[in-house]
Amino acid sequence: MSWIPAAWGPETLVPLPVLVPLFAAGLTLALHRYANVQRTISVAALVASTLASVGLVLAADAGPVVVDVGGWAAPVGIALVADRLAALMLTVSGVMLLCVLLYSLGQGVPENEAETVDEARVGGAIPVAIFHPTYLVLAAGVSNAFLTGDLFNLYVGFEILLAASAVLLTLGGTAERVRAGSVYLIVALASSVLFLSAIALIYAATGTVNMAQLAVRLPEIDDTVRVALQLLLLLAFGIKAAVFPLSFWLPDSYPTAPAPVTAVFAGLLTKVGVYSILRTQTLIFPDSPVVDQILLVVALATMVIGILGAVAQNDVKRLLSFTLVSHIGFMIFGIALASEAGTAAAIFYVVHHISVQTALFLVVGLVEWRGGSTSLDRLGGLAKLAPLLAVLFFVPALNLAGIPPLSGFLGKVGLLTEGVRIGTPLAWALVVGSVATSLLTLYAVVKAWNKAFWQTAPAEIPEHAPMPRTMVWPAAALVTFGLSLTVVAGPLYGYADRSAATTMDGYTYIEAVYPGGSDRGTGQSADVTDAQTEGGDGP
Amino acid sequence: MIVLENTPSAVLVLAVGVLCGTGVYLLLERPLTRILLGFILISNGVNLMLLVAGGRAGASPIVGSSDEPMSDPLAQAMTLTAIVITLGLTAFILALAYRSWQLHGHDEVADDVEDRRVARHAALNAPAYEDADADETGQTLDEEAAAVHDDVAGDEAPGEEAPGDDTSDVTTPGEAR
Repeated sequence: MSWIPAAWGPETLVPLPVLVPLFAAGLTLALHRYANVQRTISVAALVASTLASVGLVLAADAGPVVVDVGGWAAPVGIALVADRLAALMLTVSGVMLLCVLLYSLGQGVPENEAETVDEARVGGAIPVAIFHPTYLVLAAGVSNAFLTGDLFNLYVGFEILLAASAVLLTLGGTAERVRAGSVYLIVALASSVLFLSAIALIYAATGTVNMAQLAVRLPEIDDTVRVALQLLLLLAFGIKAAVFPLSFWLPDSYPTAPAPVTAVFAGLLTKVGVYSILRTQTLIFPDSPVVDQILLVVALATMVIGILGAVAQNDVKRLLSFTLVSHIGFMIFGIALASEAGTAAAIFYVVHHISVQTALFLVVGLVEWRGGSTSLDRLGGLAKLAPLLAVLFFVPALNLAGIPPLSGFLGKVGLLTEGVRIGTPLAWALVVGSVATSLLTLYAVVKAWNKAFWQTAPAEIPEHAPMPRTMVWPAAALVTFGLSLTVVAGPLYGYADRSAATTMDGYTYIEAVYPGGSDRGTGQSADVTDAQTEGGDGP
Repeated sequence: MIVLENTPSAVLVLAVGVLCGTGVYLLLERPLTRILLGFILISNGVNLMLLVAGGRAGASPIVGSSDEPMSDPLAQAMTLTAIVITLGLTAFILALAYRSWQLHGHDEVADDVEDRRVARHAALNAPAYEDADADETGQTLDEEAAAVHDDVAGDEAPGEEAPGDDTSDVTTPGEAR
């Protein structure tokens, strides 16, 4: 009867990455007066949810793990589904969130923020108190988006992380952050509204919002309607993922936030959008050659235009924001190839990119701390002042550009091989575009590296106490994590391959969540299920 | 077996269109308060669309296992959730608008810094990629971006405002009015 299995199976783990951070967020808010207790709770919560995700990675390798929230089976209730892809994304994002949290603890968000707050004449240490709860809510929102098997719940996950990210982006309420926050919030709201209307229309057309059931029902509706719905969804997710014509907001809003916040945003938020696009294209709307062509063109434009923006930048944070946009193109490329190998490469690339981009932003935070600026005209000579920092920047920078044998190279090789194998003119154009983008990425990061670390400092770099170790080692840990992806690339790529196989065939996922429409569940009311299924069929 | 009446009412569909259309118009405005109104209108339009998607109104949502006609409870549940989310975000935008007004005396969304850079570039007809060009106008790009807005100082060149005006004393605008 109970939805908790009698034996504590892997199902028990599924809700944890959402529930634990949410619960901890409440606790840290209630205990906002005790900074140390807050820190301990936040770290413990993220460690716990990361461990749960690792457990899910192992469990999901045998098949998707499904939990019906509240005991209502799939078509009526909300399903949380941890298949290989979701579990993998959860684990990587968990590790990343943990590293960034430790970094922000080391940075001493309290002192920094208190300063800005003082300047802005808002009383007290409010931002400090809200940093931890908001951060945990963000973690819960991201996990929810990865785990959900229900389109509307995906919307809720998006809104949770949107609200949390808007608060994090405007921490302290300085003029700069209010400006960046307004733009970010308005764009994000527009995308949410689009997503919600897509849900409404899909519900009107099919009578369901469960993704597995949608996969069964959507092929039955009119072709043109289906393509319209698909494009509407992709439009909403494209804004979240910062795909080219919809990416204008990103480079302007991310860099103003505090370094750890920018790092989390860069690493995770766009990837949630990419993940949603992947789900849309593989599970809900498989076999859509026309849309795949559109996505290929969009991917090419994202890569090339993004990286040209990066080359033109003179501020490391903005430069990295543009490379972020550009490399989203690689993931979309893999997805749009609509083949198993392409999807596998895209999944591997997402994992690689989350770790690398976050590490780079954390290191740039250190650069700013040490050098007093992120503008390449003011930095210089850091290689002598802080050799460790130089190494920490250099490794992920090369990884981003895709220098062999690092993981970025492996991901790109996977994409290029598949592009060549498919061999349509458009695929070839993308192969060429990818190589050009990689070279330009190398140019951009090497420019930053030369200027920040090797040129003679244009202005005196102020003497500083040594960088706090508590900031350095989380950044170093994340850089090492990125490197370790290269070491375990074989098994990881194998796992990505198997994830791609299950996501592409669709059958496994649908069977796990919604086995042929029959009652699967424990504790569901058959009457209501019947009424729901039949009632929704009409339009 | 229960079959719902699913033909949507033309009035409701029209209402969805009007709400969304007006909302989009307002969303394209510059002050945050108007954008907020636009967002509220669109949200209401979309919520209404969700309700329309759930079929004709009139019956009770859950009637157990009898044969009485019933409305779709799922659409109503989704609409309620969306309303709550809209409420939260509305509050946040209001706070943001108030903060913006505290800081600048208006709540217009400031220019993109990159836009300002391009504008400055055009104006000076000279490379403006160094932040050192703050010397030329006495303002950083951020201040300049914040100073550009439609309502209050539309005819005033951004460079003529004292750089400290908009940031140094946050309480001035409030007290002045």
